[in-house]
Amino acid sequence: MNRRQWLRTCGAAGAVGVVLMSPLRVLASVREVFKADAADEVVAKLIGARPMETSDRIKVKAPELAQNGAVVAVKISTDLPDVSAISIVIDENPNPLTARFEISPDSFAEIATRVKMGKSSNLQVLVETADKVYVTSRQVKVGLGGCGG
Amino acid sequence: MAGTVKLRGKISDGVGRIKSLIPHPMETGTRRDEAGNLIPAHHIETVTCYKNGNQVLKAEWGAAVSKNPFFEFKVKNCVPGDVIRMEWTDNLGERGSGELVLK
Repeated sequence: MNRRQWLRTCGAAGAVGVVLMSPLRVLASVREVFKADAADEVVAKLIGARPMETSDRIKVKAPELAQNGAVVAVKISTDLPDVSAISIVIDENPNPLTARFEISPDSFAEIATRVKMGKSSNLQVLVETADKVYVTSRQVKVGLGGCGG
Repeated sequence: MAGTVKLRGKISDGVGRIKSLIPHPMETGTRRDEAGNLIPAHHIETVTCYKNGNQVLKAEWGAAVSKNPFFEFKVKNCVPGDVIRMEWTDNLGERGSGELVLK
């Protein structure tokens, strides 16, 4: 192999590496993750090859008892550095992945929204950084299911 | 009315706190109407937020985000006059957007 071929090979391998490691690869398939029906599968797909650990630096404000499962207010913030995405996973929902927010250097890792819960469930919040995924969870009891509208 | 985003926001210490409301049915596809027929899924999939034309946040949603979604987020380095824009698309290809000039 001469120098030119060698460089070309290295360049191609490097490009593949960048593509594989890039969050864009996650992005391309994130719509697929919304179709998954098991929380474990959702979490595995979101974290990819990164290690995951629980963190008390993720603050989740969600009701312990939600009277109306159709509208459950969830507020998330974290002081973890270099956050790229925040995901809400509701284990008992038919499709557990509920929302994924891609944070940029121009926005804060702090969001609030409202979600539907079919029944009482564990609610996980995943905070993604480039090399690690942090998770915390809450139990939310639901009085009236979200599926009835 | 479909196709609009209600936006409110204010700046404190350079941080823009934006609140949004999108009128949308967010049908899961698992509910049935009175005749027992499934109501087809109709929900927002992607929400993109811009400050002065630059993307600052993107959200991917499933059907379990509540009807008429509320979404609050914070944008760094905001000054009066900055334009916040939000665009959404749903699973049926419908789109909507809204704009807000920060004061």
